[in-house]
Amino acid sequence: MRNPNRPLSPHLTVYRMHQLTSLLSVVHRGTGVFITIAALLLVGWLMAMAAGAEAYATFNAIAGHWFGQLVLLGVTFSVAYHLCNGIRHLVWDTGRGFELSAVYRGGYIVVAVSILLTILVWVVAYAGRF
Amino acid sequence: MRAFETPLSRAKGLGSAKNGFHHWWQQRITAVVLVPLMLWLGFGIALQAGADLESARAWVAHPVNATLLVTSIIILFYHGAIGVQVVIEDYVHTEGLKAAGILLVHFACFLVAVAGILAVIRIALGS
Ligand code: HEM
Repeated sequence: MRNPNRPLSPHLTVYRMHQLTSLLSVVHRGTGVFITIAALLLVGWLMAMAAGAEAYATFNAIAGHWFGQLVLLGVTFSVAYHLCNGIRHLVWDTGRGFELSAVYRGGYIVVAVSILLTILVWVVAYAGRF
Repeated sequence: MRAFETPLSRAKGLGSAKNGFHHWWQQRITAVVLVPLMLWLGFGIALQAGADLESARAWVAHPVNATLLVTSIIILFYHGAIGVQVVIEDYVHTEGLKAAGILLVHFACFLVAVAGILAVIRIALGS
């Protein structure tokens, strides 16, 4: 019965990735895995805070470094994108929104709202410092 | 021998996911709950970004925030663990490797979640 070579979904290699639809779909998966790993940062932040002033200062120094900020920007956008596109997945699960035009419109909306959310979070983060 | 199985027991052994529907459903339930939680968490952390230790601790220790933080940690790591499991099930074709990978992911997520929850409790209790 078992055939280890049977095709398993999603067949990444059979898609032409310049389609917006399949690209956004694989990005949902990518962001999902990425933010599961990035959740370590949330726990690291809390652990540093619990450990005391020295650990907390170290965490803030790393997070505040330009490279740390770049990673955190990526995490923010990934969560925003996964959240917005996740809502789209949930709508699809109700059997709605499958017309090709709706799929494309939804895709553009998801990308736009994700960027907007990311900017908003970072404005809030930096507004506190000035 | 399959001919002697009831249709149900045959169906139970089929498919690559085994307990696919259960996880599929939990992935959706946790996703719905995560929408407000992640919005709260995102802006909450943004407001504390780079804050001094005292005010950051005070924010975490606030009963509402501590409750929502622990809730977020539990749901987020559960959603993440079953999500990564689905990815492993899709791409890892060797049964042993697949089982080991899934076990590792679930254990790692559990461990990190416990560490996060303990940190919130320590901060909330001021110890
Ligand atoms: C913010 C609200 C969130 C929503 C609305 C959401 C929604 C979803 C949905 C609907 C799926 C299933 C997609 C599919 O059927 O292919 C999914 C998958 C996944 N999510 Fe989330 N999610 C959220 C947050 C998170 C967070 C915080 C994490 C990380 C801890 C995460 C990690 C994952 C992973 C790893 C997958 C599996 C990807 C796949 O199977 O392709 N999600 N999410």
